[in-house]
Amino acid sequence: MTAIADTATLTGRSLRHILRSPDTIITTVMMPVAFLLLFVYVLGGAIDVGTDSYVTYLLPGILVITIASSVSYTAFRLFTDLQGGIFERFQSLPITRSGPLWAHVLTSLVATAVSLVLVIGVALLMGFRPQASVLDWLAVAGILSLLTLALTWLAVIPGLTASTPDGASAFAYPLILLPFVSSAFVPTASMPGPVRWFAENQPVTAIVDALRDLLAGNAPGSAIWVALAWCVGILVVGYVVATALHRRRSA
Amino acid sequence: MATEHAIRVEALTKSYGDLEVLRGVDLAVARGSITALLGANGAGKTTLVRILATLLRADAGVATVGGADVAGEPARVREAISLTGQFAAVDEVLTGRENLVLVARLRHVEARGLGKPAAVASALLERFGLTDAADRRVGTYSGGMRRRLDIAMSLIGDPPVVFLDEPTTGLDPQARNEVWDAVRTLAAGGTTVLLTTQYLEEAEQLAHQIAILHEGRIIVDGTLAEVKALMPPATVEYVEKQPSLEEIFLAVTGAGAGAPAPQGGEQR
Repeated sequence: MTAIADTATLTGRSLRHILRSPDTIITTVMMPVAFLLLFVYVLGGAIDVGTDSYVTYLLPGILVITIASSVSYTAFRLFTDLQGGIFERFQSLPITRSGPLWAHVLTSLVATAVSLVLVIGVALLMGFRPQASVLDWLAVAGILSLLTLALTWLAVIPGLTASTPDGASAFAYPLILLPFVSSAFVPTASMPGPVRWFAENQPVTAIVDALRDLLAGNAPGSAIWVALAWCVGILVVGYVVATALHRRRSA
Repeated sequence: MATEHAIRVEALTKSYGDLEVLRGVDLAVARGSITALLGANGAGKTTLVRILATLLRADAGVATVGGADVAGEPARVREAISLTGQFAAVDEVLTGRENLVLVARLRHVEARGLGKPAAVASALLERFGLTDAADRRVGTYSGGMRRRLDIAMSLIGDPPVVFLDEPTTGLDPQARNEVWDAVRTLAAGGTTVLLTTQYLEEAEQLAHQIAILHEGRIIVDGTLAEVKALMPPATVEYVEKQPSLEEIFLAVTGAGAGAPAPQGGEQR
């Protein structure tokens, strides 16, 4: 019980950081919104995806980019705590060892959820018309939360090991670029052989396809199971490596 | 006996790769005393403190704090200690009051009958002269104010053993005097203090016991008088006494009242 109360106290602290510097949310949202505007209003006219609304086609990939951009701040916040010495202060207190880490993870979930809602709001203004039922939306929220949790634990790794603030957040760049080589922006069928093979077998395509089906109100195909498997896989690897690194800090 | 010593260290070693930082440290710190761990940069002071604070594991040897083994019962050790690191470990985004309330919650002061977190915070702000700045973000604090807040955070929950790692490094003379006063107040209340410092003067001013850490070993351990007895006999020289910049600073700012006067032209 006290472990939960302590983690809640620490989460309240880092959420207060976000409230006091809301610019982290704004900069998180800025890049995905810029991509949304660029692809819908500049490049979208030349992209044929076989549906009438490109913004509806595009949004799932943009949400993945939003999550990647948001968790890079998690790595940055963790790194800052480590550098400032306050992490050591927490570790020398009689509280659960993993509490300070979990506080960052929970804060990341909240901050990412706020960013996702903002990006979806912009998409609605741009003509995104989902056909999803309440149940579909719950499934969408579930997949997005699971992906956020998985990428957050992945972000803890550079947060604990980086030696500069830039290094802590740089790990997100490949994550932000990965959707470009997936079904997020254009159908994979338009890509040349090896690129197409990569695009069809990397996690973003499965996640984006599952989200796209759910948002369109269609029953998601096998993509949803592949997507969940990827999320759980990344989560397990991220969690195991991050907690091992955390323990080794005191070796 | 464990009850006489708040801290006991025996044959403690720690290496980073080929670099032997601690090569068999022995130290005993009496309950309620101020002990200064004196050493140059890189002597291993911080490594020793981090091991005692359960943040780092030793390679070999035994260390107990408040009767609990740091490796075997780290949770019990953490109940007994608090650590103030070399760089003020305060949350810059929060206000001074919020920092104190945060630690008061994490130390469960209310459940332990020590008062509500808000009341504990107010009392410490008052005691450390931070009441006026209490609701400002710590990012706007001066170095001395930060360090005072840092020490105030260490006192929450009345831990019987407090580690201060170079508490005055980088502070101006006035802020340093404030920290010294805070440390004296602590020890007067019965808290055991282990502080690390590079300055003999600081050890002289504060400590009952002085241990000198050099190349990974404690080479001298004793009271101030015992340590002084090891020094070469004093030779008397007459030197015109120039006021030091520090004395001028304290005189001009009027902050030196009650502060110990540093010796300018002392005997060597």
